[in-house]
Amino acid sequence: MLKIILGEVRQYKKDALLTPLCMILEVVMEMVVPLLMASIIDDGVNAGDMGHIYRVGLWMLAAAGVGLFAGMMGGKYGASASCGLARNLRKSMFAKIQTFSFENLDKFSTAGLVTRLTTDVTNIQNSFQMVLRMGVRAPMSIIVAMAMAFYVSPRLARIYLVAVLVLAALLFAIIFLVRPIFDTVFKKYDDLNASVQENIAGIRVVKSFVREDHEKKKFSDASGNIYKLLLKAESILAFNSPIMMSTVYLCILLISWIGANMIVGSELTTGELMSLLTYCMNILMHLMMLSMCFVMITMSMTNARRISEVLLEEPTIRDPADGVTEVADGSVDFDHVFFAYGKDAEEPVLQDVDLHIAAGETIGIIGGTGSAKSTLINLISRLYDVTEGCVKVGGVDVRRYDLDTLRNEVSHVLQNNVLFSGTILENLRWGNKEATQEECERACRLACAHSFISGMPDGYNTYIEQGGSNVSGGQRQRLCIARALLKQPKILILDDSTSAVDTATDAKIRKAFREEIPDTTKIIIAQRISSVMDADRIVVMDNGRIHGVGSHAQLLESDAIYQDVYASQTGGGTGDFDEKEGEC
Amino acid sequence: MPGPGNRAAVRTKGSLKANRNTIGRLLGYVGKRYGVQLVFVLCCILVSVYCNLQGTMFLQNLIDDYIMPMVTAHSRDFSPLLAAMGRVALFYALGVLASFAYNLTMAFVSQGTMRDLRDELFHHMEELPIRYFDTHAHGDIMSLYTNDIDTLRQMLGQSLPQIINSSVTIVGVLACMIMLNIPLTLLTLLMVGVTLFVTKKLAGNSARYFVKQQNDLGRVNGNIEEMMNGQKVVKVFCHEQESVEEFNRLNDELFDSANNANKYANMLGPANAQIGNVSYVVIAVAGGFLALSHIGGFTLGGLASFLTFNRSFNMPINQVSQQLNFIVMAMAGAERVFALLDEEPEVDEGYVTLVHAKEENGTLTESSERTGMWAWKHYHRESGTTDYVRLAGDVVFDDVDFAYVPEKTVLHNIRMFATPGQKIAFVGATGAGKTTITNLINRFYDIADGKIRYDGININKIKKADLRHSLGIVLQDTHLFTGTVADNIRYGKLDATDEEVRAAAKLANADGFIRRLPQGYQTMLSGDGASLSQGQRQLLAIARAAIADPPVLILDEATSSIDTRTEKIVQDGMDKLMKGRTTFVIAHRLSTIRNSDCIMVLDQGRIIERGSHEELLEEKGKYYQLYTGKIVNA
Repeated sequence: MLKIILGEVRQYKKDALLTPLCMILEVVMEMVVPLLMASIIDDGVNAGDMGHIYRVGLWMLAAAGVGLFAGMMGGKYGASASCGLARNLRKSMFAKIQTFSFENLDKFSTAGLVTRLTTDVTNIQNSFQMVLRMGVRAPMSIIVAMAMAFYVSPRLARIYLVAVLVLAALLFAIIFLVRPIFDTVFKKYDDLNASVQENIAGIRVVKSFVREDHEKKKFSDASGNIYKLLLKAESILAFNSPIMMSTVYLCILLISWIGANMIVGSELTTGELMSLLTYCMNILMHLMMLSMCFVMITMSMTNARRISEVLLEEPTIRDPADGVTEVADGSVDFDHVFFAYGKDAEEPVLQDVDLHIAAGETIGIIGGTGSAKSTLINLISRLYDVTEGCVKVGGVDVRRYDLDTLRNEVSHVLQNNVLFSGTILENLRWGNKEATQEECERACRLACAHSFISGMPDGYNTYIEQGGSNVSGGQRQRLCIARALLKQPKILILDDSTSAVDTATDAKIRKAFREEIPDTTKIIIAQRISSVMDADRIVVMDNGRIHGVGSHAQLLESDAIYQDVYASQTGGGTGDFDEKEGEC
Repeated sequence: MPGPGNRAAVRTKGSLKANRNTIGRLLGYVGKRYGVQLVFVLCCILVSVYCNLQGTMFLQNLIDDYIMPMVTAHSRDFSPLLAAMGRVALFYALGVLASFAYNLTMAFVSQGTMRDLRDELFHHMEELPIRYFDTHAHGDIMSLYTNDIDTLRQMLGQSLPQIINSSVTIVGVLACMIMLNIPLTLLTLLMVGVTLFVTKKLAGNSARYFVKQQNDLGRVNGNIEEMMNGQKVVKVFCHEQESVEEFNRLNDELFDSANNANKYANMLGPANAQIGNVSYVVIAVAGGFLALSHIGGFTLGGLASFLTFNRSFNMPINQVSQQLNFIVMAMAGAERVFALLDEEPEVDEGYVTLVHAKEENGTLTESSERTGMWAWKHYHRESGTTDYVRLAGDVVFDDVDFAYVPEKTVLHNIRMFATPGQKIAFVGATGAGKTTITNLINRFYDIADGKIRYDGININKIKKADLRHSLGIVLQDTHLFTGTVADNIRYGKLDATDEEVRAAAKLANADGFIRRLPQGYQTMLSGDGASLSQGQRQLLAIARAAIADPPVLILDEATSSIDTRTEKIVQDGMDKLMKGRTTFVIAHRLSTIRNSDCIMVLDQGRIIERGSHEELLEEKGKYYQLYTGKIVNA
């Protein structure tokens, strides 16, 4: 897991390596200072040699200068290495997500992906910087300080060695205790945020059911739980500093006692004792930093795991090697297709669907909620792969096509369609980057969107808000259709894409399709029978199976479900009253 | 990229002055709740710093008073040293205890503040008017709970105790230094001045880039959220390459500002540390000179002590300067959090409440039990009397005007009445004002002019909670909550029994599909019920409204995502549900509205036609046009 994350350092490897090197240099300089200091006191002050004080003082200034340079460079490299890692992680994840199939996307929720790209990366960035700068610096300081201490007095330095080992053991014990708590807390945090998200999105529901207090209580309970857990974790962490302080104080007392004895026995100078005590402080400070590093690493392990989940996820649908890059025609064949979401699903969603659609044909699909209409057509542009059987477009198994080729020829207007922030023109050009204004207008005329776009103050340059929230449902649907048309596909799939468009306009769109793009195979899912009535053939789906296929007249004669739907929608006109707009 | 559109961001610009106010407010917030604890923390820190100083003092005395005499006198009497060590050991122990106590208390304070702030944020958010949610991007509100509160955790948990500790240490050490030697103290302070100057330079640079970083971060987060939501569309349009390019552009900008911000922030530490070292050298040379020349009775031990103090003085200053970035970021976060807390909550000046009632001898009286009968309790201030009006569901609009923004009226002179049990349908193009009318009945928005009466009472006088309790609503965009299916239905009536839940589900024709779910009614839903189809979610929403059993129903495209065959079955349930209730229906399916008592045809915020289906057809107006328009095209 860490290997994957660290592998993303890539072009910042140099910076990532230079940071600890600079830090080591800084540490060495920092350690040299007390040594020089001892020299000032012992050989300068005690010997009354002012010249020595100046000389060593200059050396100390030089050491400070080198330390400054090393520290600054370390800071600079540390910043670019950690920010660079964050940049690469975001970039790689984003690129990886682009290769995800619908199945992969369903597995990670949208919110899950957003958190991974934002919060998780930020946490990794912070810990990485911390580790680069402190994680190397702190142990280095400890080692150098120890080495210096051994140099000054091996006998006294042994005390430090024992103390450091004891401390390390205690710190690890603390981390061992705290880590599982943090793991739980992060999970609970996610849940809490999810519930906030729900409340923001569903605020109208909350308010209309007057459930504010209910929601508040739910939130306070959840937030109280997190509080309790965090308090527990922090209470354990609070032992950190007393343990460390006690150890250090014990060291000071021991050193003072033994040191005093040694000085009296002329085995140690006072200057050496002073620098030993300075090293002691230094070791303490860096142990604290080290323990902070450990806490950071501990906490970011969770983030790292979540990120590597994305980076390691295998796209379930891949481009085949040497994919076919030509779609012969717009024919579609379903050969005894079975499909199940996930491998463990008890019952397949689609069962033995056998359907053959000729190029240029218009097919209507109708069926109850959950009858697997969308599932069926999602197989055509290979948004999902069949479990059994095969789907062919232009006589070739869809799994053999180059994905871009297939999806450019099979234009799919999704049920939950989305517009992106940007002008209408920019949105339309998703279908075809090079589309001219004229081409865009033509597509919009076909989709009956031109008139309302022209009616807007900025026309085709009207800015669409995120998610298309500033156009109505029907307008959004028509823009989505226009966008799909700009691909000039061989097959056009509309998944309940005119549900918010009034019947009259709906009929005009279909008429335009019939007259303007006769060679394109059109597959239309609808709930309104009027939307599919004039199709060449209508497929009636029921519980994942084809219940009946035929023209309107045939089905009306033979298919019980179709008769039922027809009866429920007619019997005195099936008028729809929404979205009635002028000429098209 | 074009402008940010008309959605206001929660984001605010952080100026230093505003920051100062925010700091005060944040500290006030903590102080009000945990004042006692903070005083305790302060005391503990004082004790801990004092003990620390005692330790440092001991080190001074160690050489001068205990070791030197032994060396010079060659007397091996260790007992004074032992006694001093015993004394300092006590101080050390006390110091450790104090530091443990304040760490523990601070954990309690910071975690408690975080919880309170989170709770208050959420509680306040729940009270905000719908208008707030209309005008603020949801992702932006969301980030208050994640990014902004997180910056506060860092600041409260670490920066705050650090700063208190540092300040106390600085003051204490300063006092000790002054006692030891005044000229050397002045020299030390001079070096501190240099430190502050450098800090200001570097911190100024980094703060500028931090602001830019936050903005870039916001932009990247916005892009991520939008693209992740539209990822399936991206796939369908093979638009992967383009989205990657756009993302990389924003990502690179973020890298740039983050890199610069961190670079300057990182340089601060070493710069100050080395200035500290220089200060050390300067003091050593100057002090050495003083000690050697025996000026002012300054001794070698004094110098050693002073140098230790010099270290102890520079360390907290460095620590504070390193916390500066966290504080700047936390202030930006706190400001955004406070911005939401400062939003005006929904006002409710209503005083008419909904009570259980019973009828005795033709008069209504209040009842403490559930009677199945409800009444409005209306207290008249002038006469001091209390009226009980039976809850019936009679709704009257009297010349109502409404505007979302003052100068743009979207509803004009709406007059209509619905007597109990009637079904009123609204028909018209999107933007004609259908949903707006229903939003006025439950007072999501307040009207600009005119009156709306409910059972003869002006709805402005009714308590909002009670008003909304009496209205059932099913919206086109169904929102479900994390929890079981049963929990979601029970949302309409929290104390509903399992039987009631099942009955409501049966009424909405949802029972069938629910029982086919892996765990039936106990199936967990998450992510707004993402595992269910649109139609199934709408069925749940209908069941949820049904269980609430309100006298007035508002159905805003409640069955638009249900296929007509299922709708026919639901319709039976819906008819049962609507029976005896005043119902407002917005729908584009004729089957849903045809049997309405009255159909209102709306056009650009005005009711242009009204009447029953037959009457309107007779009239041969807009309704007729709409209706026959379909016939022509069929």
